[in-house]
Amino acid sequence: MRKLILLMAGFFLISNASAQNNQMALIEGGNYTPLYGVGEQSETAVGDFYLDKLPVTYADFQEFVRNHSKWQKSNVTKLFADSRYLSNWENDLKAPANLMDKPVTMVSWFAAKAYCECQGKRLPTVDEWEYAAMASTSKRDSRSDSLYNVSILRSYEQPKTYMKTVGNSEANYWGVQDMHGMVWEWTQDFNSIILTGESRNNGNTDAGLFCAAGAIGAKDMMNYAAFMRFAMRSSLKANFSLTTLGFRCAKDAGPQNQLTFK
Amino acid sequence: MRYFSLILLSFFLFSCQENTQIEQSENMEETMDDLSIYQLPSEWNTQDGQTIEFKDLKGKPLVVVMIYTACRTACPRLVADMRMIEERVSSKKMKDVQYVMVSIDPINDTPEKLKQFAKDNQMEGPEWLFLQGTEDGVRDFANIMAVKYKQINPIDFSHSNIISVFDRQGVMKYQKEGLGLVNEEIVNKIVAVAKN
Repeated sequence: MRKLILLMAGFFLISNASAQNNQMALIEGGNYTPLYGVGEQSETAVGDFYLDKLPVTYADFQEFVRNHSKWQKSNVTKLFADSRYLSNWENDLKAPANLMDKPVTMVSWFAAKAYCECQGKRLPTVDEWEYAAMASTSKRDSRSDSLYNVSILRSYEQPKTYMKTVGNSEANYWGVQDMHGMVWEWTQDFNSIILTGESRNNGNTDAGLFCAAGAIGAKDMMNYAAFMRFAMRSSLKANFSLTTLGFRCAKDAGPQNQLTFK
Repeated sequence: MRYFSLILLSFFLFSCQENTQIEQSENMEETMDDLSIYQLPSEWNTQDGQTIEFKDLKGKPLVVVMIYTACRTACPRLVADMRMIEERVSSKKMKDVQYVMVSIDPINDTPEKLKQFAKDNQMEGPEWLFLQGTEDGVRDFANIMAVKYKQINPIDFSHSNIISVFDRQGVMKYQKEGLGLVNEEIVNKIVAVAKN
């Protein structure tokens, strides 16, 4: 029985292994200090993983919903996506023509997760996302580089960056693009960010979702940018479909990782 | 080993089996509210070692809370709150309410541990249900209820203390956040839901 399961698991891994590795970048793991560390232990270990070089686009997502009718906007289960889900689409099968090469947004966590699973991938964890996002074009960890940090904050100030075309920005150290300055991105365990019990009481407009007042105590500019991301994540619910929130997928970097459970 | 197969199973359930999924949703359409948690495809082990899905609970009002059995801080109080709520609700002759404790620690909280926990807390009647899921199933379920949780060391989790009330169709009707907040409001909500 055990052998059979292993065999099946192995088969799965092989069939998934061929999946678009050229569209993913290998991120070598390491230790990093998350903005909100866990207890006395401040460093978190991140293992090797693959991350999509680009956010998922409208074109990608259109292909997905064409093959998976239960994620089309008129069919989607309301439990898994709020009323804004794909609300800017022309119909079930057609994304807005001018947005095909833009990052897909107005997609709930459940839908993003299903998309990644159908590619043999998964959503990145918060730690993985933050780890990959601290790389500048030349360094793995640029959090001490004030120019890099200011450029991230500047990018957060620009309006309507979700209308940008993917893949035009410079790739970071790992070869990943558009992590900053485009859209917020879903993470697998966004609901592990616990800032306040009050987040559910915020207004439900996109703008009401993050409140910078909590950044009091953040130590430097980089923390401020990270704080904005953490505050945004903590205010999300999994059925939210927001104009400024997209996603990309990740994958474990070694089959051995996929077979071990903590 | 059992857990391993569960994970594999959930992998298959969640992966791209378009056709079976569609058939399922078509069958359910007439009977199921679009916001019902009975649409969750995940499987769970009970404290008695049975495997169930949420749709097996159809027809009963549910009062749901997420806990883990190794918890020494908030959970004992949440459990106490649940017991008080159960007492008050059943004193109003509402007998078929199901109280569900979902573990956020599916690796450690085996059916045996859950059973022991139920025993230790005098929650052994049929109105109490303890559930072990998969990590994926637990995260999905927590996200339906907007419960936040994070593993902070091999034993402990921090998590939001939220009691959720679902009606007989599995639609969430009420949530109460915080500890020691047993008051007439949540009892009345449960009774109102149970009367429908």
